[in-house]
Amino acid sequence: MATDVASIPAPPIAGEPGIPRRMALTFVEVVSHPLGAIGVLLVALIVLTALMAPVIVPYNPTAISVKERLADPSLTHLLGTDQLGRDLLSRVIVGTRTAMTVALTSLAVALAIALPLGMIAGYGPRWLDALFILLFDSISSLPMIMLGLAVVVLLGPGVSTVILVIVLYSVPSYARLVRTQTLSLKTRDFIKAEQAMNAGTMRILFRHVLPNVVGPLLILACLDISTVITLEAGLSFLGLGVKPQIPSWGNILSDGFSVIRNSPVPVIAGGVPLILATIGFTFFGEALRDALDPRLNPERKP
Amino acid sequence: MTAPVLDLRGLSVNYGGVFPAVIGVDLAVRPGEIVGIIGESGSGKSTLAHAALGLLPKVARVSGDRFMLAGNDMLTADRKTLASLRGPAAAMIFQNPMTAFSPVHTLGRQLRDLLWRDRHQTKAQKRERIVKALRDVGIPDPAGKLDAYPFQLSGGMLQRVAIAATLLMRPSLLIADEPTTALDVTMEAQILHLMRTLRDEAGVAILVISHHLGMIAEICDRVAVMYAGRIIEEGPVEAIFRSPGHPYTQALLDCEPALILPGIGRLPVIAGEVPRPGGRGCDFAGRCRHAEERCRCGAAPWQALRADPGHHARCHRSAS
Amino acid sequence: MSPALIEARALSVDVPAGRFAFAKARPLAILAGVSLAIRPGEIVCMVGESGSGKTTFGRALLGLVKPSGGEILLDGTPLPDFSQRSFRTIRSQTSLLFQDPLSSFNPRQRIGAMIAEPRRIAGMGSARLEDIAGLAQQAGLSDRFLSRFPHALSGGQARRAAVARALSVVPRLIVADEPTAGLDVSIQGGVLNLFLDIRERHDTAFLMITHNLSVVRHIADHIVILYLGRMVESGPAAEILSAPKHPYTKALLEAEPIPDPARRRTAPPVLGEVPSIAARPSGCEFHTRCPFVQPRCRSEAPGLDDSAEGRRVACHFPLPEPRPAAAHSLRTVSN
Repeated sequence: MATDVASIPAPPIAGEPGIPRRMALTFVEVVSHPLGAIGVLLVALIVLTALMAPVIVPYNPTAISVKERLADPSLTHLLGTDQLGRDLLSRVIVGTRTAMTVALTSLAVALAIALPLGMIAGYGPRWLDALFILLFDSISSLPMIMLGLAVVVLLGPGVSTVILVIVLYSVPSYARLVRTQTLSLKTRDFIKAEQAMNAGTMRILFRHVLPNVVGPLLILACLDISTVITLEAGLSFLGLGVKPQIPSWGNILSDGFSVIRNSPVPVIAGGVPLILATIGFTFFGEALRDALDPRLNPERKP
Repeated sequence: MTAPVLDLRGLSVNYGGVFPAVIGVDLAVRPGEIVGIIGESGSGKSTLAHAALGLLPKVARVSGDRFMLAGNDMLTADRKTLASLRGPAAAMIFQNPMTAFSPVHTLGRQLRDLLWRDRHQTKAQKRERIVKALRDVGIPDPAGKLDAYPFQLSGGMLQRVAIAATLLMRPSLLIADEPTTALDVTMEAQILHLMRTLRDEAGVAILVISHHLGMIAEICDRVAVMYAGRIIEEGPVEAIFRSPGHPYTQALLDCEPALILPGIGRLPVIAGEVPRPGGRGCDFAGRCRHAEERCRCGAAPWQALRADPGHHARCHRSAS
Repeated sequence: MSPALIEARALSVDVPAGRFAFAKARPLAILAGVSLAIRPGEIVCMVGESGSGKTTFGRALLGLVKPSGGEILLDGTPLPDFSQRSFRTIRSQTSLLFQDPLSSFNPRQRIGAMIAEPRRIAGMGSARLEDIAGLAQQAGLSDRFLSRFPHALSGGQARRAAVARALSVVPRLIVADEPTAGLDVSIQGGVLNLFLDIRERHDTAFLMITHNLSVVRHIADHIVILYLGRMVESGPAAEILSAPKHPYTKALLEAEPIPDPARRRTAPPVLGEVPSIAARPSGCEFHTRCPFVQPRCRSEAPGLDDSAEGRRVACHFPLPEPRPAAAHSLRTVSN
């Protein structure tokens, strides 16, 4: 009969939303926001496309067919073909998968690095904080493209290089957000209460600081997905990112750019998903922020 | 008898059409009178105070037979009229003076903004009025304080500035919502003294909302006791404190630590919580020591108590 | 007399004056050498206006604010230094109740988990639900609140939840910062009764930090009056309340409004407000507000006179004993 307190079930009490119910509530709020609904729709479309890519592609996206090069959109090739006769629709669909892989992986890695760094900087001794801040500032003072060039020169182009560049680029800004949040939490009474109860630093950081910084951080990350996708496309466009034969929106754009005098279709095919993804994730992130911010949403807290 | 500054008859406030906060309140505040409203949290006393100024959020519905503020009918007034009454008709001082001022502007600028209605006056004239108002509330070096920012003053000083601000608008009614709760006792004594002087010299009517019995006893002429959205007792301050007519008022006085002789060991409490307003029968029946069957079934009548003129209570027992 | 459970000797806390390290301003003393001993089962009330350093003293005892000078003794043994490690022994035997109980709970954790927190930290295994419900019950909190989040609690309920957490590891000392602030009169008594119960059951000592003198009257064994971070008077509660020797104590007692319209005051007792610690007055620091000020008070700081048994006062001209008729038969509630 020893029930552990940490495992007290989601409360059966009426009027006290449990975690699943709160998530549902948040979802309803995000969707009830008109821009939020558009965001959710676009994000769902993009994520589904990425997940189902191998199943739904009509052709092999890398199969070259010289006879059919630069075909106009038709029933056989819905978006036409590129300068090597590859099916553009298939390339866009697989490009979605590439974009999402790069974006989600790099953000996950960046968050995993930024969280502990930021918390240590915010909670630890002053000198350590000063050191980390110096580090973050020096990284973010480098121009993005220079950083990308340097890394590509060292490691050669590829998906993992793109991810590395994005991680290097985004860790400082996330870590700085975590640090600021931690600093303000540090002076809050409930953290002082933990100290007074003799709680160890690790316990305070991971059980009490972490859950309170993760929320705003996830929202920022969500807003950043669009930036990251653009970044990947940009690097690939410059030839510094994903290898040319792998379909990615940036590669489609880059290829299309070279043949833009013959046909505008490839540029449009690569650009529109990029724009839709940017809009979708931005709207979704903003609606999520509004839904979770108790100040903008007084009804949620009685 | 002069016409009341604030005259409420059967005033009710309802949030979103489902949650009543104030039910059928009759209350009149006459010029030069200090009226106190006491009650626990959840009694509706703050809602009543905010309603008197038209400061309630849009979801709140105000209804009643009569709601007059300084000769204006507030029931039919639109938002614009309500706004024009804030200041000249009634002004409010809040619990926390630290948050009542904008942190990014000087006090002088914020006080001058309050005088926007007096377009014919020059800057210098306004400055003179402000300095005088600050001097009247006992602020040392009033001219120097014009360039100060709110954070440079203590809580007690800021509450004085808040009172000076209300003086500038020459309101007929001053509403003070827990004006000393955030202050030290020494500062509280000074603010109470100041409010009394204001009434004596400027003839302002004051409505004080508080849960602090000592402060109510100290400055009020009349007291209304609120419980679960209704006024359950009203009368002259002496009568309320000497011979309370409602068991709830009696219980509140019994709990007041300053009135209890030391050495009694355990201190008295009122068990239970304030119920949601709008229940059947007497709202206090669930916590009342003397509750009988009739208290739970029917609402108690509003009875005049014979001993003191103007002393009323809403209790079955005082009726018999 | 039993030996002190915890004792502070000339405890001081400074804050740096300038924003920048190179600004060579002298640090400001929030707490300037306060000595105080608390015995097991004793309820000590620390009283003063805001800025008197009373909250800082409570926090410095637990090392939440780093003391800059003085000594802290636990069971007669001084702490070797003021490092976080040294304070662990004190913290493990002490509970702190914050002025705003709601803010002392993690907004994302359920009340039950928060009440269990001290046991988990102390490594007392998994806290069982029945035990936690028992603690809540001791504090007068219904167990239906255990699965709620802090924001769903009222002020009184949050206070009780905080007390339940404080009892989780039976403390020898509870430091309570304004435990009745913001509570309705109807439930204030409940919290104080709870303290008396805890004291009776566990012989727990209390350091109660408050400015509410009407409450102090019913619960304190010993009263300490602070002004600008210095002790101006201390002694047995009954003596301080019936015969204050320091004009400041007298002023505080008289400032408390009496809930009786027949005993209204005509003029405020103390004028002015607390001076800034950045510009401490010369001589006796209360002289700027003292109704009995003499020339000597302006130039010479009075020492803390502890010639009388258990009674200390820092004043050149301590007030005489009031006429016997005025002295109430005040007795403390200790039994």
